[in-house]
Amino acid sequence: MISRREFLQASVAASALYGVSGFGNWSKLAAQQVLTQDDLLRFESFGNVSLIHVTDIHAQLKPIWFREPEFNFGVGDVRGVPPHVVGREFIDMFNLTPGSADAYALTYPDFVALGQAYGKMGGMDRVATVVKAIRAERPEAIILDGGDTWHGSMSSYLSRGQDMVNVMNALGVEAMTSHWEWTLGTDRVLELVDQLNFPFLGQNIFDAEWNEPSEDFPSYTWFERGGAKVAVIGQAFPYTPIANPGWMFPEFSFGIRDERMQEMVDEVKAQGADLVVVLSHNGFDVDRKMASRVQGIDVILTGHTHDALPEPVLVGTTLLIASGSHGKFVTRLDLDVRDGQLMGFRHKLIPIFSDVITPDADMAAVIDAERAPYAAQMEEVIGHTDSLLYRRGNFAGTWDNLICDAVMSERDTEIALSPGVRWGASLMPGDAITREDIHAVTTMTYGQVYRSEMTGETIHTILEDVADNLFNTDPYYQQGGDMVRLGGLGYSIDITKSIGERITGLTLLRTGEALDPAQTYTVGGWASVNEGTEGPMIWDVVEEHIRKLGRVSAEPNGSVIVTGI
Amino acid sequence: MLTRRDTLAIGLGASAVAMLPVAAAATPVDDAIAAYTGGAAIAEGGVTITAPEIAENGNTVPITIEAPGAVEIMLIATGNPTPNVGKFTFGPGSGAPMIATRMRLGRTQDVLAIAKMEDGSFASTSVEVKVTIGGCGG
Repeated sequence: MISRREFLQASVAASALYGVSGFGNWSKLAAQQVLTQDDLLRFESFGNVSLIHVTDIHAQLKPIWFREPEFNFGVGDVRGVPPHVVGREFIDMFNLTPGSADAYALTYPDFVALGQAYGKMGGMDRVATVVKAIRAERPEAIILDGGDTWHGSMSSYLSRGQDMVNVMNALGVEAMTSHWEWTLGTDRVLELVDQLNFPFLGQNIFDAEWNEPSEDFPSYTWFERGGAKVAVIGQAFPYTPIANPGWMFPEFSFGIRDERMQEMVDEVKAQGADLVVVLSHNGFDVDRKMASRVQGIDVILTGHTHDALPEPVLVGTTLLIASGSHGKFVTRLDLDVRDGQLMGFRHKLIPIFSDVITPDADMAAVIDAERAPYAAQMEEVIGHTDSLLYRRGNFAGTWDNLICDAVMSERDTEIALSPGVRWGASLMPGDAITREDIHAVTTMTYGQVYRSEMTGETIHTILEDVADNLFNTDPYYQQGGDMVRLGGLGYSIDITKSIGERITGLTLLRTGEALDPAQTYTVGGWASVNEGTEGPMIWDVVEEHIRKLGRVSAEPNGSVIVTGI
Repeated sequence: MLTRRDTLAIGLGASAVAMLPVAAAATPVDDAIAAYTGGAAIAEGGVTITAPEIAENGNTVPITIEAPGAVEIMLIATGNPTPNVGKFTFGPGSGAPMIATRMRLGRTQDVLAIAKMEDGSFASTSVEVKVTIGGCGG
């Protein structure tokens, strides 16, 4: 008899070999230059339950450019395994064809050249087309949103998340979890949650005062679909009050809380769940560890770390799904659930090629209406770029170099610090830079650019602290961002060392001198989690800088030397 | 496998061989442990600590400790200038030997819970709690 575990593994092997995941198919079609909407959507229905997963949209209503990371190092047990595989290695690992549409969507090589052929990706009106098409075939498909939805664009900032709530309600989302949502502050979160047509889940959202599960947000919700009882448990980003300003939502505590996750899994199973799905914003490596510690989860829909994987990763018998970010992909996962067991699956990571997928007219109208009040200020052209501007990657992207230059020049500092967030769209050489393009890489409710003085020792301590959030070998101690970006400073980092020992050779680029631990330097930075931070907003600072330059060009500056990879 | 108990035993042996003035070399944590156990051996496990991996606020870190069969629980913050957090005693009417409290952690450190069992033996577990600067996530 084939055990459940063997069956799942057999399925995974089959999907890799025969393209059961559907991925190999569109790769082949793309190579033949016959990419069509029908091809992108082609999927032979399987089993009795369908999940549709989107996550980390970061409020990108319109199609964008998004260059996938060139550097995404894994440490410890996850060194060199997905999602810590990039570029040519990724192409080889998943049997993609270099230069194909899938290689363009999932990896960074030749991004500029391939972008001309394949165009922008995403757009919630295209996502709506895909969702409707799946639902036409599978009316009971469950639509789940992994969070980081209400943040990331100028219109979401100005409407305080209202545009995204209206869009996700219109899309027909049936449950979500959260992270950046919280940076709108407790009152606004509660106000928007009230407007949702669906639950805002988080088994790990606790009342901070009593250290008990919050009564405001359910831990899980139920769906009866395809004759199966499906439980969806939510897991909000565990380190929201640490990575983001906790003073904006002091009533709540988060944390990983995998003991309680086990209790919730046991609880829904006791109530007859045939399928247990976790809608997570843990980040991929944290989910991978959680899947090894919590027994009984069938599927984890991962989020937070913005990974796009064309095939599921299996931990024991738990399927981990990674659906990318910024609206670039939609995952369809069909499941065969029988007798309280997951018997098999069929998976497809559907790339949202905006020039191939027809926008859904209803959703396009909703998006236009949401953007209308702000359209004139959002679309104003501030300048142009002669080079590719991108952020994503463990170390600074060209957007970050431009932002750091803006901070140093506009705030007159020797050094700039810019947060290593994973969100932010790219721009192609020659593109106009609009005000909303600047917002797409800077917008937040705590964007004040401070100017302060720090000793060399303090700067070193900050870098060590952030590096440990990224390269701690225990994923439970990782916060899922990338390394803080620096202006005016170079350094070396050995990612295999432990905290306090990773960063060496801090050098002031302007003079070529070593950073003196005892000396005080002027430092500008933004996204401070401290209450009462003062200064102009980062998007205004960047706009001012770009306006003065007219045309900008930012190259990778090579000021970080990485070892231990 | 080298258990904590072995490590402690080796540590004792080493200091005896070296003939060091043990009291002078001992850290406040060693002192706190020795003062509580009287130097008795401590078994690894049998105590469950639930604490955040990374503290949301180092000034008030929630912690829960369960030690079935314990009559006392000693809580030690190994990285604090004053490591003793508290000693909790359970009587016949106490119900389950479990405590939940909050403590202040000055920096990233191991938090150690030592349980004294009914037969006078000791058991312990420790967990690392990180106290970070924060920011830059996402």
